[in-house]
Amino acid sequence: MSDSVGHTALLVAVAAAITWALRALPFAVLAPMRHSTVVRYLSTHMPLGVMTMLAVYTMHGQLDGNVRHLVWLVIAVALTAALHLARRRALVSILAGTATYVTLMSLWE
Amino acid sequence: MSLRYWTLWLLDLMHPRRFVPDVGQGRLIGMSDHSFRAVAAATAPIGLAFIPLGIALGLLVVHAGLDWWWAPVFAAVIYAGSLEFLIVGLAAVGAPVATVALTTFIVNSRHAFYALSFPLDRVKGALGKAYSTYTLSDEAYAVAVGPAAADWSSRAILMMQAALQGLWVIGAATGGLIGAALPIERLRGLDFALTALFVVLAIDAYRQRPDRLTALSAVACAVIAWLLVPGQMLVCAFAGFTVVLLSRLAARPRGNTRRDNV
Repeated sequence: MSDSVGHTALLVAVAAAITWALRALPFAVLAPMRHSTVVRYLSTHMPLGVMTMLAVYTMHGQLDGNVRHLVWLVIAVALTAALHLARRRALVSILAGTATYVTLMSLWE
Repeated sequence: MSLRYWTLWLLDLMHPRRFVPDVGQGRLIGMSDHSFRAVAAATAPIGLAFIPLGIALGLLVVHAGLDWWWAPVFAAVIYAGSLEFLIVGLAAVGAPVATVALTTFIVNSRHAFYALSFPLDRVKGALGKAYSTYTLSDEAYAVAVGPAAADWSSRAILMMQAALQGLWVIGAATGGLIGAALPIERLRGLDFALTALFVVLAIDAYRQRPDRLTALSAVACAVIAWLLVPGQMLVCAFAGFTVVLLSRLAARPRGNTRRDNV
């Protein structure tokens, strides 16, 4: 058991070290290029693109080939987006969407 | 910055009018009440979404057969949401270090792009910069490049990041304890909170910069990568999207390239 605790701790340390390197090192490489046209163009368009791709990526993780689950996912995403477009309350949109999805998945799996 | 100030700030974030007297707590942490409020207002919607999401992570940890306390350890030390969900499964089967290293590299290489616009130049001191880069999550990036944070000081940015990390750890610990205490089936679909969070952040980013072509090409890159390379979807989508942006920049009329940066 202590063996597996040690191994898990090692996995956590490796994941944390690589994550930090990926977050910190690019500043050293990119800092001198901050004012270049290419870097500024990329940085202004990145936030929208990144958040959109992460949203699609996490939807991909939810799917398991079950059509009914796909329907629940579409309903929950549509509800989250509609609420956020109408009310602009991030927390309300997220909680309502998540509660809907959990309810649908739990009751009609 | 002492633990007490930090705790007060967290409490205030969660219950703005209940726990902490309105006057003075900003001074405790050396910020004006005005900027303190501004940081809390911009951070709270995303930070509070970390609670259900952290609970989902904690439940997942327990149901994968790991001790509950790994949940807050994952949350505090790795602090990269989507990666932690993946590592739970890998740690539960005792996966080799190389697998975890490769998975981390692929899932988190997107963070390299954040260096292009995250305001690290406003964060003061080596220790501050170290902490700021260590906790540069997707959500911290989203808040820091948002319009509300345009004039934030070093302290305000660090406070926001500390609050996000603190709430994430609290959520994960809560979920771990619930999972250890109640031998119930996992609530299915709780990790949808992560999807909902990114849908909301994408809509906010679109409001700030209404650009249909960018949004559509991001969706296209993600879906194409999903279909062609489902195993390495994220990094392929990011690479493809970068190529699309560079092509758009190259295709612009030459007269424009120097004048505007939009």
